[in-house]
Amino acid sequence: MNLAIRDIRHNSGRFVLTTIGLGLLLMLVMGMGGIYRGLVQEATLLVDRIDADLWVVQKDTRGPFAEVSRVPANLEDRVRAVPGVLSSRGFVSHTIQRQSDGRPLRMTVQGLSWPDDDGRWLPIVAGRALGQAHYEMIGDESLKLPLGRKIKLGKDTYTVVGHTRAMNSPAGDGMAFFTLPDAEAIQLDISGEAIRLERSARYGRAEQIDIGRTQPQVIERSLGLSSAIPALGPPSIGAVLVKVRPGVAPEQVRSTIARWPDVTVYSSEGQRQLLLGGIVDRARRQLGLFRILLIIVSAIIMALILYTLTLDKLHDIAMLKLLGARNGVILGLILQQAFLLGVLGYGVAYVVGQWTFPLFPRRVVLIYDDLWLLAGIVVGISVLASLLGIAKALRVEPNEVLS
Amino acid sequence: MSTALSNAETVLDASGLTKIYGSGHTEVVAVRDVTLTVARGEIVALLGPSGAGKSTLLTLIGLIMPPNIGRIIIGGATVFDGDRMRVNVRSFRRQHLGFVFPKANLIPFLTAAENVRLAMEINDHPTRAASRRAMDLLEYLGVGERAEHLPSMLSSGEQQRVAVARALANRPSLILADEPTAALDSVRGRQVMELFRKVAHEQSAVVIVATHDHRALDVFDRTVEMEDGRLRDPPTTSPSTAS
Repeated sequence: MNLAIRDIRHNSGRFVLTTIGLGLLLMLVMGMGGIYRGLVQEATLLVDRIDADLWVVQKDTRGPFAEVSRVPANLEDRVRAVPGVLSSRGFVSHTIQRQSDGRPLRMTVQGLSWPDDDGRWLPIVAGRALGQAHYEMIGDESLKLPLGRKIKLGKDTYTVVGHTRAMNSPAGDGMAFFTLPDAEAIQLDISGEAIRLERSARYGRAEQIDIGRTQPQVIERSLGLSSAIPALGPPSIGAVLVKVRPGVAPEQVRSTIARWPDVTVYSSEGQRQLLLGGIVDRARRQLGLFRILLIIVSAIIMALILYTLTLDKLHDIAMLKLLGARNGVILGLILQQAFLLGVLGYGVAYVVGQWTFPLFPRRVVLIYDDLWLLAGIVVGISVLASLLGIAKALRVEPNEVLS
Repeated sequence: MSTALSNAETVLDASGLTKIYGSGHTEVVAVRDVTLTVARGEIVALLGPSGAGKSTLLTLIGLIMPPNIGRIIIGGATVFDGDRMRVNVRSFRRQHLGFVFPKANLIPFLTAAENVRLAMEINDHPTRAASRRAMDLLEYLGVGERAEHLPSMLSSGEQQRVAVARALANRPSLILADEPTAALDSVRGRQVMELFRKVAHEQSAVVIVATHDHRALDVFDRTVEMEDGRLRDPPTTSPSTAS
């Protein structure tokens, strides 16, 4: 005869409410783990998807994600000339915030090396890849910009031609993909007055240096577009992505480029580690601490619930002892209830989580390893939490039946 | 662990039992140097006013509380001697003792039949046999049709009859009943007492009933009276024998 089940059936209302409460608490623990996994996935998403063997960034920086990196656009051509390189493309990434339909619209702008890269590698779930050199964009679903929507960014208007799914930056903002020149135009969009002031200042600088004095054309160009004087203008891309030829070791190419004095080279795995060690690490520790605290709180609450359930049954436990029940019968009663509470609470956490996690603003990723680990922890705290009740039950004397 | 009892004629041999609650100024001697011997198949009434020590004596004999000093031999086995228990108390209780209290003390989340079955399952009886015997006992006590009801759905009289069935379930050698008919009407009360007598005689068990109810004293083979923690000397003879 299973006493635990019969007791639960007798007090089903209370047990159900307790289970739901515990389940919601465990859902938070589960969610914290899921948020961490989501953070890692979002942080490394682009590195994992972009299909590059090497990342060439500004010297001694850990760009372009962990910190700002600026390299000249023509670095792309220099890299392409290195033996063993199959292709190279520029990479631009920056986050902007604009107003759209009366709400703040945050997006991470990514530049694609059109025409070599039209974004076909992206997980496009609706629409198409980029089809022209300018004024088109592929936006993530989370930006809530419908296909065909025209949006003004800087001085130009861009049309949404495709939708990606689950392409978010490490900060959780939806990504939008443009051609490199468009991404730069959005990034470097400044007012007409600021451009005039910069040209004037640039002219002044050019006049005072040798190249300006000996090359009159430079002086003339300093009053024109920045893009026409790359040697004098600001560096314009964040990194250069390198794909090596099949059969060539990426390390071989890396060691060649690493000797250049103006750049630092990372492998994809190195870039991944930079992201995890920098951007994600603190959040990981914070979420980890929250998880530990929530698990402790869950254990304490479970212990109190089980202790209360045991206190309610002290008279019955005394009667069981008086009838001669072995300690195993009494331990079984408490442990089985603790175990059931834990298992059902975990079930509630999983089911409610499946329903609510997609509504969270940040992505929540549940992986089986984490779920199994949490299940093990729940079983562990179920047993630990029941110890208080068990200790009380074992101290009950059969003569308490008479009181 | 099981403790086998001998077929000795004397089932209960308690001697020099003393129970003291508290100490110093608050010391109360509830049972003082009580000696009681009960033979196989005998049903004994334990009489006396409230506070005489009847219930305490039953808890000492039933191994629910240890005496401060004394010796208890049940079925030839020394279960308490000097100041300590000589057997595994819980094991001994479930195999050889049956209890009925003034309150039924049924497990509230078990049905009437399950309450009776539980006592047998604790004593390792097979479930099917236990179920059959539980139903037989409940039917005999007139609560068969209430077997699947929870205690909260039973009257106090019905609950008490279920408690009696539970006490008899394991065919104990020694049944200790403390005011078992307090919650029953006179007809049911007498029926329970007669059941105890039948059990005592047919199963060769010993039944000791602490009671205030003098209406059914003719059922008992012998009455013993207590006062101020002592047995009145000499023990009274059975009213039926006397008449």
